[in-house]
Amino acid sequence: MKNRTFLAFVGPSLFLMLLFIAGPLLSVVWQSVHVTRAVYEEVETEVCTPGFLTQKCTMEIRTQPQLDENGQQITETIFVGFESYKNLLQPEVALESFKQGSWAKLSNIDFYKALRFTLTFTLITLPLVLGMGLLVALTVNQALQSLRGPIIFISLLPFVITPVIGALSIRWLFVGDGILTALLEWWLERDIAMFAQGWTIEVLMLSYRVWHVTPFAFIVFYAGLQTVSRDTLESAIVDGATRWQRLKLVILPHLSPLILFVSIIHLMDSYRVFEEVIGFRSQAHVISLQWLTYDFLTLDDTGNRMISRASASSMLTMIGIVFLLIFPLRGSWREHRKRRSG
Amino acid sequence: MMKKFLTIAVTLTAFVAAPMLGFAACDFKPSSKVSLLANSFAAWKAVSDAMSECGNFEAELDAEFRKKQPDAFAANPSLYQLGGVSNGTIQPLLSAGTIRPLDDLVAKYGKDLQPNQLIRINGQIMAIAMMVNNQHLMYREDIFKSLGLAVPTTYYELLTAADKVAASGQVQYALGGTYKAGWNLAEEFVNMYMGMGGDFFEGSKPSVNNAMGIRTLEMMRNLTHYMDPEYLVADSTYVQQQFQQGKIAMAVLWATRAAAMNDAKESQVVGKVKMAAAPSPVSGALPASTLWWDGVVLAKNMTDQQADEAFQLLMEGIDREMVTNNNDAAVWLINGYTPGPMAMGAAETAENGALPYPNGVEMGLMHTALGNNVADFLTGKETAEQTLMDIEAEYTTAAKEKGLL
Repeated sequence: MKNRTFLAFVGPSLFLMLLFIAGPLLSVVWQSVHVTRAVYEEVETEVCTPGFLTQKCTMEIRTQPQLDENGQQITETIFVGFESYKNLLQPEVALESFKQGSWAKLSNIDFYKALRFTLTFTLITLPLVLGMGLLVALTVNQALQSLRGPIIFISLLPFVITPVIGALSIRWLFVGDGILTALLEWWLERDIAMFAQGWTIEVLMLSYRVWHVTPFAFIVFYAGLQTVSRDTLESAIVDGATRWQRLKLVILPHLSPLILFVSIIHLMDSYRVFEEVIGFRSQAHVISLQWLTYDFLTLDDTGNRMISRASASSMLTMIGIVFLLIFPLRGSWREHRKRRSG
Repeated sequence: MMKKFLTIAVTLTAFVAAPMLGFAACDFKPSSKVSLLANSFAAWKAVSDAMSECGNFEAELDAEFRKKQPDAFAANPSLYQLGGVSNGTIQPLLSAGTIRPLDDLVAKYGKDLQPNQLIRINGQIMAIAMMVNNQHLMYREDIFKSLGLAVPTTYYELLTAADKVAASGQVQYALGGTYKAGWNLAEEFVNMYMGMGGDFFEGSKPSVNNAMGIRTLEMMRNLTHYMDPEYLVADSTYVQQQFQQGKIAMAVLWATRAAAMNDAKESQVVGKVKMAAAPSPVSGALPASTLWWDGVVLAKNMTDQQADEAFQLLMEGIDREMVTNNNDAAVWLINGYTPGPMAMGAAETAENGALPYPNGVEMGLMHTALGNNVADFLTGKETAEQTLMDIEAEYTTAAKEKGLL
């Protein structure tokens, strides 16, 4: 293909990528090193609160934002460099607690607390989702042809439910004396409070995510299973290969690109874990990186958002995902090169 | 046949007449749609129902209103003409300059307003208050009687009472508390700390890491021993429902939640819950409660004509008739209110000297920092000193970023 023709084909999508991916990304980088804030002044004002009979009025010196002649807040934007990143990561405290080997001190900083949960969440759900997906796919593949349709339909249902709604329903099953907690209490004959400590909430979150994403892995693997060469499988049977050997030597290698694909998608998705924290209202015990960003973006009682720290936090989340993806991608790149040269 | 015809006729008449009767209660109809964004509790429901009788009105009652309001009012034209605020939530609107002074409208239409209702800031009327609110002690009178307990006036007495109630096994948990991590938990800290006489700031610098801060945290933890272990997800509605379902015997809860105890549709404890003043941390101290008012503001970004109509509609919503029909839904500031038994606790709390919530730009940041950190102490992850240090550090970071320090 001529260079010009190639460019003409690729140009439009390149333009859109610059506009919708690179542009916003640059803007987030820019925002993370700048702070926009109101200009405050101290004013002595009389503040009155209604009492039960008469008003209580006090003179106070109050800090309030300056308004311009149109009644708009005067704001200033200043360059702060990596200040917001520093506020998030608190490198001195982190270094000190590393030296002392004190996890408690490190987890006291929101970012590391969130990072710890996000990483455990991602790395524990990944093998579970892959394993469960494969198991369901193999089982359905073995099922009678006439039953497959309904089984596939039912196994896909968890994936259809909106994550926040799903998390909320699970919460309602377990919170307080929800029916499942009541059932567990009756069965184990002891008082159970699922939302009173961090680890039970984490177990619920992990199980919920595995339940929710398994159908995705299943449907991809099931599709892959349809393309396994029947000849190879049959000759393996003739050679006396056991079921396990067939799985390990024929089916899994055939599915390996799909396993890689599901892993990458799942890593990206679960590193951005968010719905579970909202749905389970777990912020007192467990927070995730994405939730941290959201928290900075939520209006506080002064009507302000921490845009700069939110941007820094989302930059760090993106860097984290890139790091996580390096491992599977490097493996597949090597494979690819080997196949090309071999 | 005749009977059937009569039934149909009567039903039809009722259908047609009902809305007309409704309109009769209101002699004003706005020419364009007026909408209100406010918090969701019984008093706002009463006020917005009274306004919708006039027609051409839409109310959005949402407990998360504080997150929507600043942006909705900053839009031009504003997405809502009327906003329900409290002394805490008016702050962002004032800072952004998105609400309008009401002096001319009050002069024109506000003849029925009490002087107590006019919220003046820098000499201008910026909001019309309709009710006051604070946290007061709600307790199950039947249980207290059966155990021969006196109504606690200090937290020491409250803990003793809680101990006895818990031992009697009459309820699942002796205490309830709005300890949901975030805004609610911070509010509980503010109440206790101010009851002890604590100050949050020296100038703009934080000052909670002191003996009073430590005692506040310790008292909060002592209280949690008598609560549902899932207290960190309990908001006002959750505690109200625990009360209504007979699961708890005591709670220091918002006065706006009192009426719900006698709502036979939801409550299993009708007539059994009584109100008393909020206890003090120690005897002689102030009540561990803060005074709030709830009221209405008008958006700046609308035409004067719209503002005029919205204000007239508001006057219909907070008139004597509404108060007569909903006397017990709140502690109203409106002419015609007669304090009932449900308001005794709130009134007594105020008489005992409860302070107004100290709203302001610094307090907003402090409230957020408290809400994010207090839970770490309650769950035993950190010592009191460390928690208070974290609170000050988080406040300082935010205040520096805002250019306050």
